[in-house]
Amino acid sequence: MSHVTLDFRLNGTGRTELIAGGETLLSLLRHRLDTTSIKQGCRQGTCGSCTVIVDGEPRLACITLAATCDGCTIETAESLPGPGGLHPLQQAFMDHFAAQCGFCTTGMLMAAKALLAANPSPTREDVVDAISGNICRCTGYQPIIEAVLAAAGAGPSGAGQPGGSRPGVV
Amino acid sequence: MEFRKDLFANERDDDLNEVGRPTQRQDAQGHVTGRSRFFDDYALPGMLHMKFARSPHHHARVRSLDTREAAQMPGVVRILTSEDVPKKVHTLLILLDLGPDDEPPLAFDKVRYRGEPVAAVIAESESAAAAAAAKVRVDYEPLPAVFDVEEALAPGAPLVNEYHGRNWYDYNGYDFRKIRFGDVERGFREADHVVEERYQMSPIEHAPTETGGCIAAPDTAGRYVCYTNTQALFFSLETAARILDLPSNRLHFVGGTVGGGFGGKVDSVHEPLALLGAMLTQRPVRSAYSRAEEMQVSSPRGAERFYVKDGVMDDGRIVARYARIYFDAGAYSRLSPYGAVKAAAHMPGPYYIPNVWVDARCVYTNRTPSSAMRGFGVTGADFALEVQMDKLARLVGMDPMEFRIFNAYRDGDMKAHRRVTKNAALIECVQAAARIADWPLSERFQAMSSTRDGGGERGVIPPAPAPGPGPGKGASGRRVPPAGAEAAATTARPPAPADAPTVASPARSPLAGRGRMSSLLGTRRR
Ligand code: FES
Ligand code: FES
Repeated sequence: MSHVTLDFRLNGTGRTELIAGGETLLSLLRHRLDTTSIKQGCRQGTCGSCTVIVDGEPRLACITLAATCDGCTIETAESLPGPGGLHPLQQAFMDHFAAQCGFCTTGMLMAAKALLAANPSPTREDVVDAISGNICRCTGYQPIIEAVLAAAGAGPSGAGQPGGSRPGVV
Repeated sequence: MEFRKDLFANERDDDLNEVGRPTQRQDAQGHVTGRSRFFDDYALPGMLHMKFARSPHHHARVRSLDTREAAQMPGVVRILTSEDVPKKVHTLLILLDLGPDDEPPLAFDKVRYRGEPVAAVIAESESAAAAAAAKVRVDYEPLPAVFDVEEALAPGAPLVNEYHGRNWYDYNGYDFRKIRFGDVERGFREADHVVEERYQMSPIEHAPTETGGCIAAPDTAGRYVCYTNTQALFFSLETAARILDLPSNRLHFVGGTVGGGFGGKVDSVHEPLALLGAMLTQRPVRSAYSRAEEMQVSSPRGAERFYVKDGVMDDGRIVARYARIYFDAGAYSRLSPYGAVKAAAHMPGPYYIPNVWVDARCVYTNRTPSSAMRGFGVTGADFALEVQMDKLARLVGMDPMEFRIFNAYRDGDMKAHRRVTKNAALIECVQAAARIADWPLSERFQAMSSTRDGGGERGVIPPAPAPGPGPGKGASGRRVPPAGAEAAATTARPPAPADAPTVASPARSPLAGRGRMSSLLGTRRR
């Protein structure tokens, strides 16, 4: 199988990798570069758990050929702040009980982050539309929608919102 | 949210510091930062992948199994067949002393459901393992299959599982789990109406976002480690130890992070074989369902069929219930014998019924083995019972909420399982639900309480009828219609709550005028 060289930025770091022609972005990032926040729920483009942001757009890594990402900027949940200073979306997901088993969470966060970057004041319909490709089997979606709306209300950048402003689930 | 601690005043005196307030999951921070480690995030150097050759037949004899061609495929390291498995036949509930062993981790003489694994191929990559699994040659002799619980019980049905010797689970010498309380035949004779309905559930797949799987690897000092998403870590550990015939202290299970379970990750199908692969190759071995496998071969909730026959009085009292339950275990027991018990135990519902007869059968068919799934046994029973309650309410012309309040257990009532009701709160729950839903309840039902008018005559175990075949079993063992269901006779009536109507009967629904409804059984689609 022919190999090609791929140049891209992953979470702020420039990388060059030799990839097989048919290799998916999921396989490259998750299996070779240990970006394990990208989950594989189906590997057939139906669950959204592998959602990453490529040049600002949410993409399903399992059905994206790595070779199409030459020169691209790729963000995964690893790019979000760590426990020390959470991103408003992360804080809102915690406050609103939007992460239950957590398996869909990183994909949801990426879909939501791409939405807020493009549309800082989304309506509920915008949020529903943005996460419509992401399956969650635990939460019933409402807490996730509330969390994204709350994060949008908290304003841009990592200012964060004072936690627990609105209990999602009691 | 409304807390009515007064209803539980005699039960708990803690002040509920946590319940009712938002709280943070301890794993939430790991989830939102992508740092929670699921089993598949433990990919180890040199890890091998396991994929299964699966039966294309629902039921077939295995004449021969040939792995030679598969073994020649690129990347293949080892192929497991049942010859490699120390304990060739196992059952999950044996850990609770419920046998018999009835399921091979890898099939040998027969396959009993479509998708049953017959060989496990271990290779350098998942795609190499899958490609080689497709080259395992099995000579099958297809056998007649049965997919319906009642057909499986009929004479002449194909025998699904030889380890049981018949198509149902034996509960200590009985072909069903039974509940016997009072005299249902007398209850039906006295009832103003008798209604029998059939309720059929479907298998339900849990469809967790993370499919089931594990990674097993050699550890030091002859031990093996297993990173798994089982929902039952020690149960899976003991199951693996038994199948591998190893002392359990040779196994170290790491788990707790489960990407959705809902009951679907307790069957311990991956761990024993991945561990066996790690033992035989001395390398890490990963086994995980693809999404398609998760949907096709992981165990769903069993499809239950319920026949519920109730006797009800014009004033709304349910005086007798006769329920037959057929719990579809699929080809193997897994946890279904327990699910059928739960269905039986749940059958009277949260209602006081003085005469109850339940037969719950756990039946084997050539469907995917069913197992735990979110209240299995109970949710299906609730569906049947609550739809039945609506029908009964309509029949006697009562409001469905009021009908439930009227028949609810009250403190002191004897349940069909011979436990006295304590801290009942159904009446208050229905009252609260009606208030929130703006559902008008008449004053009489608003005034009812779980703490009043229970017990007394309702608190004793009713006398059993003279020994006889009962409503469901003639001498042949086949179901016969209850004797005398159509006859009218009066003996002592079951005691009514003190606030039962004494003057006028409730307004009648159009159906009520039909008097006794004969059994609907047989006129409905099977
Ligand atoms: S793993 Fe990519 S969409 Fe499911
Ligand atoms: S939190 Fe479990 S799938 Fe969404």
